[in-house]
Amino acid sequence: MLTVAEVERIARLARLALREDEQARYARQLSAILDYAAQLAELDVEGIPPTATVLAVHSVMREGDEVVAGLPRADALRNAPDTDGASFVVPATFDDE
Amino acid sequence: MLTVYAARERLRRREVSAVELTRAFLERIHALNPRLNAYLTVADETALAMAGDADARMARGEDTPLLGVPIAIKDVLSTRDMRTTAGSKILANYTPSWDATAVARLRAMGAVFLGKLNCDEFAMGSSTENSAFGPTRNPWDETRVPGGSSGGSAAAVAADLCCAALGTDTGGSIRQPAALCGVTGLKNSYGRVSRYGLIAFASSLDTVGALTKDARDAAIMLRAMEGRDPLDSTSVEVEPIDVASLDQSRDSLRGLRVGVPAEYFGDGMQPDVAQRVREAIAHLQALGASVREVNLPRTHLGLPVYYIIAPAEASANLARFDGVKYGLRVQGRDLIATYMETRGAGFGAEVKRRIMLGTYALSAGYYDAYYIRAQKVRTLIKRDFEQAFSHVDIIAAPVSPTTAFPLGAKIDDPIQMYLADVFTLPVSLAGICGISIPCGFDRDGLPVGLQLIGPAFGEQRVLEVAHVFQQTTDFHLQKPKWHGQPRSS
Repeated sequence: MLTVAEVERIARLARLALREDEQARYARQLSAILDYAAQLAELDVEGIPPTATVLAVHSVMREGDEVVAGLPRADALRNAPDTDGASFVVPATFDDE
Repeated sequence: MLTVYAARERLRRREVSAVELTRAFLERIHALNPRLNAYLTVADETALAMAGDADARMARGEDTPLLGVPIAIKDVLSTRDMRTTAGSKILANYTPSWDATAVARLRAMGAVFLGKLNCDEFAMGSSTENSAFGPTRNPWDETRVPGGSSGGSAAAVAADLCCAALGTDTGGSIRQPAALCGVTGLKNSYGRVSRYGLIAFASSLDTVGALTKDARDAAIMLRAMEGRDPLDSTSVEVEPIDVASLDQSRDSLRGLRVGVPAEYFGDGMQPDVAQRVREAIAHLQALGASVREVNLPRTHLGLPVYYIIAPAEASANLARFDGVKYGLRVQGRDLIATYMETRGAGFGAEVKRRIMLGTYALSAGYYDAYYIRAQKVRTLIKRDFEQAFSHVDIIAAPVSPTTAFPLGAKIDDPIQMYLADVFTLPVSLAGICGISIPCGFDRDGLPVGLQLIGPAFGEQRVLEVAHVFQQTTDFHLQKPKWHGQPRSS
């Protein structure tokens, strides 16, 4: 059973602010799902290679390297929550500016 | 009921113009969508402009299998200058500057885009109840879910609110709603259709496909979208679908070897769902196919494997929603707080649940025990199918253990909800193809789906068998009865 403290730690890693009632609910629900997944631990998978992709192809080379127009600045900024017209505007990363 | 094929025939014979056809669909959408909530965006002006362009192209003598045909698109696929929300508050006002490749190919062929269709948030769910914009209702019974995550797509096709719809399938999200809404839904082999422009959920599993009114339309739509795309390094060039050969396939399945996995008929099945699927398999046999049992012994492991791998990939993919470049921003006291507040407020309950599950499975100390182990069992699931396909050409099975369930019935119990996909998850993990086609009704008159599963890139055979089934049955032609008809129909 995951504790509320563990849920807080995971939420912090995942950059999710949770309310207290959410923390308690997720502790319960995530525990139930992980218990369900515990049946995987009982299997013998010795020597079985992991599947990361079902395709036989790996490390595909890029086809040519032609110069093409990039995304225009206005298009890149059109959905931004805050801009100064030329750049994204975000809160300061460091305390002392 | 207007299929893509029939619409194209009528347009070609000048019985109707693309603008007239589009106007008729828009009227029907405005009459019925308030009840169903299948569309999140109805693009009246864009659709009529695209239809006008299609009419002009036809006047110049152009002809494509989709020219002037009104379709609609699941809202996880990017559409140029048309709002794309992924069913999430965090993208409620997001408008892409480019088309997904699948969308671009349909646009180039002259298809008309009626709008964007509701879905579970970021395609995570089995009922469309996880949409931030309210659930879609099942046209067969408006108190029930349409399935998910492509529930808006399935409902729109079932209610004739478009000729066909694009969907996506990561663990069953085309096949399960197709079954619950009584339409045809093809999940393509991984890599057959480019994922470029699809808002990513689980990149090793995500596929783009169509929900349609029959198997021929499924073939037409796949032919239009498939093939290698330089913008998606996992897209694959394969022998293209031959749509014309479907019509040459006789009403016989002589020589076809059909496998039936006992593991797909176990406990927890709704009895009349199992019964309808067994009758459908008997019908395949009556058409000349030979039926034998096959073993897929790891079927029950599909669910735990999927709910480790898919959330792990999702937790990485959804890291991009940080309130900086696009989407919602909730300002916090510093940058980290801004990330946390934005994501806490912008994501719904299921998305947060999966991000945390994935973060946990990938975190130090758990990575080998959960993520790598799940990937190893994924290998075993894939091998089970390879083994089965050394004996049979196609596998026939149910799509989902039940028919459409009531709204709200499973929303507070994640595992019960996940079990709705227990028969679709293994196909996704193996990266192979499967189609859901209507095969009858339960005691309440709700549609039942038959799943026909093929090996990787075996879509042609799957479509041919589905087409013969539909040439000799009429389940796919039956429509929901509307209680209180809309004025326009």
